[in-house]
Order: sequence, then C-alpha cells, then structure tokens
Amino acid sequence: MTGETHRDDLTSKTGMWLFLFTEMLLFGGLFVVYSVYRFRNPVAFHLAAQELSVTIGTINTIILLTSSTMIAMSITALQTKNKKLTLFLLGITILLGLAFLVNKYFEWGGHIKEHIYPGSSILALRGQGDVLFFGLYFFMTGLHALHIIIGLIFIAIITAKIFRNKITFNNYVLLENSGLYWHLVDLIWIFLYPLFYLIT
Amino acid sequence: MENEKNHIIPYRTFLFVLAGLITLTLTSAVVTQISLGTFTVAIALIIATIKSSLVLRVFMHLKFESRMFSLAVIAVVLLIATVIIITLLDYLYR
Amino acid sequence: MIYQKDTAEPSYLDYKGKYKGIFSWIFSTDHKRIALLYMFSILTFFAIGATLGLLMKFELIAPGRTIMSAQAYNAFFTLHGIIMIFAVVIPGLPAVFGNFLLPIMIGAKDVAFPRINLLSWYLYVTGVSLVVISQFTGQGPPDTGWTFYAPYSFRTAGNMLPAVFGAFVLGFSSILTGLNFLVTIHRMRAPGMTWLKMPLFPWTLYATGWVQLLATPIIGITLLMIVAERTLHIGFFDPTLGGDPLLYQHLFWTYSHPAVYIMILPAMGAISEIITTYSHKAIFGYKFMIASVLAIAFVGYFIWGHHMFTSGMSGTALYTFSLLTFIVAVPSAIKVFNWIATMHQGSIDLQTPFYWAMAFLFVFMIGGFSGLILGSLAANVHLHNTHFVVAHFHFIVFGGTGFAFFGAMHYWYPKITGRMYDTRWANIGLVLFFIGFITLYGPMFYLGFKGMPRRYYDYDEVFHAGNIVSTMGSWVLYSGLVIIVINLFASLKSKIKAPSDPWGGKTLEWTIPSPPPVENFEEIPTVTKGPYNYS
Repeated sequence: MTGETHRDDLTSKTGMWLFLFTEMLLFGGLFVVYSVYRFRNPVAFHLAAQELSVTIGTINTIILLTSSTMIAMSITALQTKNKKLTLFLLGITILLGLAFLVNKYFEWGGHIKEHIYPGSSILALRGQGDVLFFGLYFFMTGLHALHIIIGLIFIAIITAKIFRNKITFNNYVLLENSGLYWHLVDLIWIFLYPLFYLIT
Repeated sequence: MENEKNHIIPYRTFLFVLAGLITLTLTSAVVTQISLGTFTVAIALIIATIKSSLVLRVFMHLKFESRMFSLAVIAVVLLIATVIIITLLDYLYR
Repeated sequence: MIYQKDTAEPSYLDYKGKYKGIFSWIFSTDHKRIALLYMFSILTFFAIGATLGLLMKFELIAPGRTIMSAQAYNAFFTLHGIIMIFAVVIPGLPAVFGNFLLPIMIGAKDVAFPRINLLSWYLYVTGVSLVVISQFTGQGPPDTGWTFYAPYSFRTAGNMLPAVFGAFVLGFSSILTGLNFLVTIHRMRAPGMTWLKMPLFPWTLYATGWVQLLATPIIGITLLMIVAERTLHIGFFDPTLGGDPLLYQHLFWTYSHPAVYIMILPAMGAISEIITTYSHKAIFGYKFMIASVLAIAFVGYFIWGHHMFTSGMSGTALYTFSLLTFIVAVPSAIKVFNWIATMHQGSIDLQTPFYWAMAFLFVFMIGGFSGLILGSLAANVHLHNTHFVVAHFHFIVFGGTGFAFFGAMHYWYPKITGRMYDTRWANIGLVLFFIGFITLYGPMFYLGFKGMPRRYYDYDEVFHAGNIVSTMGSWVLYSGLVIIVINLFASLKSKIKAPSDPWGGKTLEWTIPSPPPVENFEEIPTVTKGPYNYS
C-alpha cells in the first residue's frame, strides 16, 4: 500500500538498536532493584551467592560467549557466500543456546530440590536477605532464559530462511538483527554472571 | 555507502575476541575467589564492562557503524547508571 | 510547491485496496488510516472515562453515600485513571495526530515500519480490552487506583492481574509507536529538511519518542514484578519478606513521571503549530523551543521522586528531587514566553483552534504554577494526597493535553476529513468546555488546600459547598464536550470542502490536497526553507 519497495537496511538496523535499548532498560529496572537490595542486605547476599555453583555459572558463560561468536561468524560466512558454513555456524549457535538452557534447568532443579524457590517456607526461615537474593536470582535468570528462548526461535526462523534461500548474501539484515538480539542476551548475561555467581 | 555496509570481518578476529572473552571470564572467576573485600565487586564489574564493550564493538559491529550508535549506547548505559544513583540517594542517606 | 490537482490521485479515504469495508481499515498499514483507527478508539475510551468521572463527581455532590458504595467508588477511580492515563492521554496526540501528520510534515510517504505501526494499534486494543475484562471477571474490579501501589496491589482481592497485564501491553504499544517515530524522523526526512528545518510538532514527537522508548520499559518490568509478586510471592515489594514498598514507588514513578512528558510534549508541539499559523508569523525562538523540548524530556526523567515527598525518603533525595523539579519549570516557562512573543505583532486570525490554544495557555499556566507549589517540600507535606493534587494534574493532563488535543482536532480537521466544520457550534462547545473545566477543577484547589483528601467517596460537611460547585462544573464540561463531538461528526457531511490550505499554514501538510492522497506526495518535496517562512 505504501509503495516503498526498496530496502533500507540502515533503517531496519536502527529500529533494532532502538528495540535493544528498551531491552536494556527493562533489565535496567531489575538492576535498580538488585542494587538497592544488595545495599540493604550485604551479608545475606554475600553468603547466599556462595550457594550458587561458580563452575556451572562459568561454563554457561563460556557456552553463551561461544554461541555469540558463532552467530557473528555466520554473518561473515554469508557475506562470503558460503551458505553451508553459515548454516553450520547457526546450527552450533542454536545447539549452544539449548545447552545453556539444559544447564540452567539442572541448576534450577538443584535449588528447588533444596527448597530454594520463591514462596518456599523453608527459604523464608533463612531470613529476608536470602529470600530477596533468590527471588531476584530466579526472576532475573528466568527473564533472561525467556529471552534465550525467544532468541532461539528467531534464529531458527532465520536459519530456515537461509536454507530456502530467502536470505542470501545481499539481503542479510534479518540475520544481522537476530545476531544483535542474541548478542544483547549475551551482554545481559555478562552482567548477571558476576552479580549472582562471583560477588561472594 | 554500499561498501561500508558490507564490511566483512575475518573469522580470526572473532576467534581472537572469543579467546579474550573466555580469558576474562576465567580471570574474573579466579580473582573473585580470592577475598579482596570491597574490591571484589569493583573488579568483577570492571571485567564485565570490558567484556561487554568487546561484544558491543566487534560482535555487534559498533566499531564499523556510524558514531551515533555508539553514542546512543553510551547514553543509555549512563541513563541506567544515573537512575540507579538517584535511587540510591534515597537508600544511602535514609 | 502547492499542487491543486485535486483529482489526480484518490484520497486515502476513497482508496480501494485489497480489503473492503471495515477490513480496509483494520488491515490497513497506511499511517493515515491507522491514525483514524486510534482516533475512534481513543474517543470511545475517552467517552467511557469521562462518563466514569461524571458519575464520580455526582457521588461527591453530597457527603455520605449518594449513588454508589465506597467499593464501587474505588473501582471507578481506578478504572477512570487507568483508561484516561494509559488509553487516552498517553497515546492521544502521538498516536492520532503524530501518526497522521508526522510523515506528512517531514515529507515522507509513511512511517518507517508501517506494519509495526498497525501492530501497535492491535496491542493497544488488546491492552484496553484486558483492562476492561478485569472489571467483570474474578473477585471484583481492581481498587488500587491507577498507580497499583505495593503492597496493596498484590494483597487486594480485586482482579489485578488482567489490569496490570493490560497496562503492560499498552506500554508495549506505546514503545512501538515511539520507536517507529524515532526511526522515521532519523531516516525519512525529505531531501533538504535538515534537523533545524523540521517543524516543532515533529520535534516534540521526537523527544516524546525517546521518552516512550527509554521510560516505558521500566514500568513494563515493574508491572511484571507485581504479577510475579501476586503469583509467586517473590518478595520484591513485600515488607514481610524484606522487600521495600517504597522501591515500587521509585520504579513506578521513574516511568510515570516521564509519562507526563509523553502527554504534554506533543501537546506543546501542536500548540506551537497552531499559534504560529494563526499569528501568521514565524515562531519566536525556534531553536530555543527545540532546546527546551529536549531539556524537558531529559530533566523530566530524573524528577520522579516529587511524587513521594511524604513517603519517607531520605532528606538528600528530597532536596535533590525538589531542586530538579524546579529546574524543569524553566524550559516550560521559556515555551510559554515564546508562544506569547510569537503572537506579539502578529496578524492574528481568531479561529477556533486559536481559542483552544489560548485556553491551553491559561490552564497550562495554572497547572504549572500549582506544580511548583507541590514541588516545594514544605507545602507538599500539607497538600499531598489532597484534592489540590487532583486539581493540579487535571489542569496539566486534561487542561494541557486535552485542550491541545481538541485544538489539534479543530486545526487539522480540514486536512484529515477534507471538510470544514461549523465554527459557531465549535466555539460554543469550547466556551462551555472551558467554563465547565474551570468550575469543575478550580474549587478543588481550594478544597485540597482546606484538607479534603483524594480518593474518598465521602467527605466532611465543611467541604460541601465547594463540591456542589465542582459537580455542577462537571455537567457544564460534559455538555460542552458533547456539543464539540457532535459538531465534528455532523460536519463530516458538511458541503463546504476544505481547500488544501484553509488557515495559511506553512508546514508541508498544507501543500498537499485535503484529504491527502494515499501516497501523501506526488513527488517527495525538496525543502529549502525553514518551517515557518512567513516573509
């Protein structure tokens, strides 16, 4: 209807960046909450953080960083018209994303077995700082995991489009945009990781 | 314009950056296990900031886009920081 | 640059697309049709909200129970607030007039993402529907007020989840509109239209877009936290679990104060266009106008705490927020002075939209000054949560945004519909509206100053006289409103066709036929002069 047939990649990339800003602010609100409660319960946060496994956290960080690298490299592969390598790299991206979720699943499962989850009466006995720390932990990593799932769906759609040659070396802005989204999910994890696992 | 947009980053750049990111991750994991008191938080956050600027500049292509994007990202980060600081003005002095 | 080839292309109203009837509207990605979709939905919800307000005022005509119970009154002011804030004034000017005029005023054929534009309308309708559903399902309607203050919002038996989620969806719709406008302004200005050749209405939409984009996610996450608190008992804002209810207020107002600027900035833009057009004179201090808009948007982000002066914040926070609140008054005042200076020595054409602009200036100044009273710490302790506050924000939000909305409606009506409206009835409606407005909200300043609290269905006998005056004002206001709306609808059948430039305006929308053709411009204009070139 609007007759705008020509593509403008910079326009859609600008739109994507603006959308990423809203995501940053969305988590920004949670970082405000985290800062305030950490300031008010320094000892409890310090002790509660020790119950999270640094090993699992570090492994998940490396998984996500590698996944991010793969999708970044897939753009180079598509630009150099190497469709097979593009699909391969995107496949690895998705697999690593799934691996992250599986790890997260077992990690959460472990906590829940120890009666550490929001609303747990046993957790409540341990004091308010612990309740807040684990409340924030579940909410923030949960919201982050939700973003991972959404990102994976996007990447899967893009992969299918590349497979069917709907996205090629001369119109890959959609791949770039889902890459941007995936990197943002990565960025947020880069901050969640020290705030929950390392500050002990 | 067209050439600028098609800027191709070689694979090895990404692999170097990945190696750097993993090193930084491991460094922060190790360093924070040593008890450094209040510095722990600062070090962990500084390393996270370095990592995120690597991701932003290379993976997210900010290095190759117009300056405006980088400025906007910095502005947004400063905005979040300001909101946190102003909120803490209440909690620090209550 | 003025084409008068009326019949060259079908107007957007006559265009025959893929779909017929209503589907040609609700599936259209044309920014002009989406603007009208918004216009009709917003007017509908405005009518609902105004009727709720009318009933609340009727309840307050006498002390004690008049027509409704305390619980019904609580539900009424909650729904009135949610609808008026989230569904009427926040989208009001940007989604209706911004959508219709932004692309035209910057010389583009559409917004940057037409389909996302349509999506944001669907989200809008979904959001409001959720809020309305919350009234009729579950254990009774929400009764927290539109602010959803913790911890009551997750303790009340009222049906909060749909209402809170509805507000979340409305926020998402608002973000997408802002995002669309920002990209449109950045990427799609006509050749030659540099930043400093852009008219002021797009400029205000630009500043608004940033506020929508950067503030709305905060309320999004806050509302999600309320949802999580109700369903999972996480303890974010629950004092029994260590949470701090005050933090909820911080986060809520971090969005909801900038939201006031989402409401008022486009209103200021529309008023600037109206005043310069009817003064036939370039706007005074164009660059200062832009700077003040950006300054308001920026500083406005950091003054949320003045809603919480009596909540128990630290002294340092109190002083900081009070100081910043006074600072934000400076750019607002610059704008008022510039509007007045624009009229000075202009050749003023007294048309209905100009009267609306004058009424806007009057009520906006009263609203602004009363805001300064509330911004000073000592006075705030006395006036907090009284009818003084109610009067203040109705003067700003209804008086500011509402008057600008109707002013813009009368200003751009010929462009949108291609018809001229009946000026006599429009003026009669305006006079009634204005008198009713002052009579309704004026006494509230006095009542609040005397100590009448807000949000109660009952009051002490000493407040009776003021409330009678106020309630009668609500009837006058409502009848003015009815006359205005009927007149605008009746004028759709008017025989007087609008020329392309009925008022002698100089911005780009007046260079194309009324109503505009589907593609706005036959060919994209090249801009060589500033926006208000009356020389």
